[in-house]
Amino acid sequence: MVDAAKQSASEKPYLSITNIVKKFGDTAAVDGVTLDIRRKEIFALLGSSGCGKSTLLRMLAGMERPTSGQIILDGQDITRLAPYERPINMMFQSYALFPHMSVADNIAFGLKQDKMPKGEIDARVAEMLDLVQMRKYANRKPYQLSGGQQQRVALARSLAKRPKLLLLDEPLGALDKKLRQQTQLELVNTLEKVGVTCIMVTHDQEEAMTMATRIGIMSEGQLLQVGTPAEIYDYPNCRFTAEFIGDTNLFTGPVVVDEPDRVEIEAAELGGRIWIDHGITGPKGMQVWASIRPEDVRVDRDPVAAGPNAAKGAVTEIAYFGSYSVYHVKLGSGKVLKAMVPVNRWHEANLEPPTWGDQVYVSWRADMPVVLTR
Amino acid sequence: MNIQRLFKRLKPGRGAVISIPYFWLLLFFLVPFFIVLKISFAEQDLAIPPFTSLMNLEEGGLLHITLNLGNFDFILSDDFYAKTYLSSLQAALFTTLMCLLLGYPIAYAIARTDPARRNVLLMLVMLPFWTSFLLRVYAWMGLLNENGLINSFLLAIGLVDEPLPLFHNNFSLYLVMVYAYLPFMILPLFSHLVKMDGRLLEAASDLGAGPIKAFFTITLPLSRNGIIAGSMMVFIPAVGEFVIPELVGGPDTLMIGKVLWNEFFDNNNWPMAAAVATVMVLLLIVPIAFLHRFETRQLEGKGNE
Ligand SMILES: Nc1ncnc2c1ncn2[C@@H]1O[C@H](COP(=O)(O)OP(=O)(O)OP(=O)(O)O)[C@@H](O)[C@H]1O
Ligand SMILES: [Mg+2]
Repeated sequence: MVDAAKQSASEKPYLSITNIVKKFGDTAAVDGVTLDIRRKEIFALLGSSGCGKSTLLRMLAGMERPTSGQIILDGQDITRLAPYERPINMMFQSYALFPHMSVADNIAFGLKQDKMPKGEIDARVAEMLDLVQMRKYANRKPYQLSGGQQQRVALARSLAKRPKLLLLDEPLGALDKKLRQQTQLELVNTLEKVGVTCIMVTHDQEEAMTMATRIGIMSEGQLLQVGTPAEIYDYPNCRFTAEFIGDTNLFTGPVVVDEPDRVEIEAAELGGRIWIDHGITGPKGMQVWASIRPEDVRVDRDPVAAGPNAAKGAVTEIAYFGSYSVYHVKLGSGKVLKAMVPVNRWHEANLEPPTWGDQVYVSWRADMPVVLTR
Repeated sequence: MNIQRLFKRLKPGRGAVISIPYFWLLLFFLVPFFIVLKISFAEQDLAIPPFTSLMNLEEGGLLHITLNLGNFDFILSDDFYAKTYLSSLQAALFTTLMCLLLGYPIAYAIARTDPARRNVLLMLVMLPFWTSFLLRVYAWMGLLNENGLINSFLLAIGLVDEPLPLFHNNFSLYLVMVYAYLPFMILPLFSHLVKMDGRLLEAASDLGAGPIKAFFTITLPLSRNGIIAGSMMVFIPAVGEFVIPELVGGPDTLMIGKVLWNEFFDNNNWPMAAAVATVMVLLLIVPIAFLHRFETRQLEGKGNE
């Protein structure tokens, strides 16, 4: 985390989006986003449906006019440029390949607009076809290709002009799950080989986590948090991020003890206190949330010492995932807590695994919860 | 696989459904055409109907078939007919081009407006069909006449000293032809343009093509089938058009429809009229059959989709 901060301070941003707003009528689809992107970064915008990801991307491409705000790319203010004047290319979610042109003509289309000499166009098209391993299909029409092949042609077409910025809107959204996972790595490899600065939109968090160097979490037109996948997972800064990335258990309550080395939260739903081993900045009595990841919750069959960060409950559901199981434990308050338990946990302790209806004890270490103020 | 099985199960019903249009074509196109073809090989006769029959069963069981090629010979030898065919094709071609030039922007604009307004605009395009075609041509006569509305108005405001020659010439002919056939161009063009994926234009723009370039490289090629359909809808009936050249055309307007009419009603020469019609059909069918083959080959290519 320190490293990333240092790096971003030393290198000046390549793309700089300042307080950009897009309103459709009275509602703001993008509501004041400020974001800096570094050169050669693969940045993923992640958020639920309708949060404004596509709108933000389309403003970068020039297909939507921002209501206000500024976009600077490599020192040039591009806020008001038309799409065809921007050194930016986009790969569309539906690929938008030109149906009446061959694969090679699709890739050459952008180059022809730049009046590039024919020989150079042919060379570049061949290079792009090799890059996406589609040389054999150069003369096919888009409808003669499979979904995955179309995706690669669309990628080649958007890379052919060597754009300063590549935009990918749900690049793998049209592929089925299995092909998608395989293509994720292939796509990242290609992007890294070319060394292009890239912003991609997705609502698949796994895709964002595997592909991106940094992630931005969007909700209702606002950018809630920006960071590396690990930062966002380990240190979510709000409830939305905590719940959106991975799974979590949230407890709320007032801060009752706030010392430099610990915080205690009176969590009614837990029926006790949550104890955290570091201080927070905020007034005492403030309402906060504590986020505890299921994998940080320990499940015991025998009573654990009463105190903070512990509760008793009954198993209501067990989901088996091979190497681990997720237990749903209903606490006295009626709140259901999720706990991820490795399969060999019981075996190693020489215990019978708990089943439906069994009484169990849940607990976690004081360094596990993350305190959220919003 | 599944679809094939489904089709197999549907087969008897499917055959019946497919046969309906074929039956329709047979009944209303092929049969009448062969009747016309038959008459064209006959000779004029003072009888009812006014032509000789081709086959005569004589005594002794001898079947006489008389094919009179004289009408075709006459059409081919008298260059009046060649000129008329040519000028009909010319008039139809010009009408088609004008309809295309006017209709394309209109169809494009309608396809790009929001759906609520689109229906109103389409209604406006089709509105003329609610009155009789003949009535609309007469309305134009009232407008274009030497002392019609337009000329009276221009004279009244003193813009011209004598009536403009708007009527009974090629100007009025083409004006009314284009007016009458424009909807037949707009509707098929519209139905193709409205289906076009707007993201393709966005993609073109994203790749550096300005609006004009994008139109010529994307929109126009993708609406090719609409252009072909609209042009055929205008061109084919325009070649044989009779009413418009008769009512608003000039005295020297040569159109095959008019010749047909003359042969039928003035000369009562049915075999000649039938021969003129047959040649016209052949002139039209050959290029269309060619186009059709081209189209089906394209469709077969798309079948792999
Ligand atoms: N052209 C438009 N006119 C009016 N409202 C629009 C328009 N485009 C988008 N919106 C609205 O703006 C909001 C954000 O849309 P956007 O397409 O950016 O969402 P998204 O995050 O890309 O969602 P998804 O993941 O479903 O693609 C939505 O509420 C949408 O209805
Ligand atoms: Mg979207």
